[in-house]
Amino acid sequence: MDRSRSSPLGRGLVHVALLAYTALCLAPVLLVVVNSFKSRRAIFAAPLTWPDASSFDLVGYRTVLGQGVFLNYFINSMIVTVGSIAAVLLFGAMAAFALSEYRFRLNTALGLFLALGIMVPIRLGTVSILQMMVAARLVDTHLGLILIYTAQGLPVAVFILSEFMQGVSKDLKDAGRIDGLGEYTIFFRLVLPLVRPALATVAVFTMVPIWNDLWFPLIVAPGEATRTVTLGAQSFIGQFVTNWNAVLAALTLAILPVLALYLAFSRQLIRGITAGAVK
Amino acid sequence: MTDVDHLALDAPLPALAAPGAAPARRHRLHIAVFLAPALLVYTAVMIVPLFDTLRLALYTRVDGVSAFVGLANFRALFGEPRWSEHLWSALGNNLVFFLIHMLLQNPIGVALAAMLSLPRLRGGAFYRTAFFLPTMLSFVIVGFTWKLILSPIWGVTPMLLGAVGLKGWFHPWLGQESSALITLALISVWQYVGIPMMLIYAALLGIPDEVVEAAELDGITGFSQFLKIKLPLIWPTIGICSILTFVGNFNAFDLIYTVQGALAGPNFSTDILGTFLFRTFFGNQLQLGDPNMGAAIATVMFAIILVGVSVYLFGIQRRMRRYQF
Repeated sequence: MDRSRSSPLGRGLVHVALLAYTALCLAPVLLVVVNSFKSRRAIFAAPLTWPDASSFDLVGYRTVLGQGVFLNYFINSMIVTVGSIAAVLLFGAMAAFALSEYRFRLNTALGLFLALGIMVPIRLGTVSILQMMVAARLVDTHLGLILIYTAQGLPVAVFILSEFMQGVSKDLKDAGRIDGLGEYTIFFRLVLPLVRPALATVAVFTMVPIWNDLWFPLIVAPGEATRTVTLGAQSFIGQFVTNWNAVLAALTLAILPVLALYLAFSRQLIRGITAGAVK
Repeated sequence: MTDVDHLALDAPLPALAAPGAAPARRHRLHIAVFLAPALLVYTAVMIVPLFDTLRLALYTRVDGVSAFVGLANFRALFGEPRWSEHLWSALGNNLVFFLIHMLLQNPIGVALAAMLSLPRLRGGAFYRTAFFLPTMLSFVIVGFTWKLILSPIWGVTPMLLGAVGLKGWFHPWLGQESSALITLALISVWQYVGIPMMLIYAALLGIPDEVVEAAELDGITGFSQFLKIKLPLIWPTIGICSILTFVGNFNAFDLIYTVQGALAGPNFSTDILGTFLFRTFFGNQLQLGDPNMGAAIATVMFAIILVGVSVYLFGIQRRMRRYQF
């Protein structure tokens, strides 16, 4: 066997390098979270220590939550993200089913049509999208954002899902047809449950860019009532820029839900990425 | 919108239907019903606006009325100094931004992936989770976090540098024209290394054991095995990572807006196409918004991305040797 790979010294060096990079990834986030629980004096005097009894202070959180708007921002982000994911999954799965199940003349052309949306970012259409949203009175609404993110997420969703749907047993569907099931029943009752893992992967992929987007909330829904967490944190921090407690607390509040979701779904997400790439 | 959107770029385009797919005639109505919602939203909210933006670039607004002006907006954009100076500076900065990504993101990604894919490595899942964490955070979080860390007011960075005796090296990097753009590119690399790392890691895992064993029998081991056997097999993946980075970089906006504001300071030294588009289209302290000029800039970005993707698809990807196992 290969000696260089199994030598304890080589292994040790690899772990040193990996741990060093782990520290580089985690330390900035940790620094913000830890300092958000400290008093202003401790933030500046000893930024690199854990909070103790004398330096522990929640004044930042009181300032942020006292504004009373952050909860609203979270609700807005939830509505927009969940709404978009639901639409992307349902519409995407339906289209993927049509493209993978039936042979028809426009099949390839439609595949190419959707591929355009994978390569060109939707942001480049912003000028026209804003005009359209103004005309349809969808500025500062959840629906406006949901429509944009649905269009953004659909092309990739259709590609991933149709690849998975090709793997669903044809015999199973034909057996359903012989038993008199309609095409819609076959789709909802037979095919959808079988591609559930793919749906989860698409959901995670779709969710991250939507939750984190700053561009469209800034342009299409900047109003206080529909502001998402990402835009809300951006404008809040801009406003409180000299109040370090509040800034650190706001950042922590924006990080924690993402962190929780990530730790819950990281296995799914990483498997999704690697599965897509191996293929 | 992160680069994750564009993962399926490498998927074969035609023939989505499985070989044994059902003939269409009986199902024409079903096909229409299944396709309608997705095609409707996608066409109305993405495709039509994309092409409408190209059209708007040929118009201008005079006293609230839209008037066709042909290529005048582009002549102004490239010819009039008040536009062209910003355009060329944004384009140049964007190129620098992209080059720094290419120089660092792929090599770091390859190095991390190579270490993670060592057989019987302990703690692999932990490392992967940690390395991918910054990619999950929004630019707003990442931007402000690094702005605080690099801030001379907080002093965390000088303190850390002081601990290793390099206190004199500290400068307010984000505030200096000479270093702000590079610093922002490094922050962006820090955030997005996770994507190439993950894709290359998957590609390395996909190399069959027989190939590696054959190399070992021939006495090719360790680092030379990586260079001679594994690296050639993962070039296509590195190509995908590069084109993802290209598309992502040439419509980047959020990080620079968060850290430096719409004016992409200091003195426009961090202005890239995304911030230039936003400023022109939306307006700011210095100028009123001009949707038609914004559309012209979006058209230029569209062309750049199209050229980049075409060069990759027809020039690079076709010449790359792919190995079927």
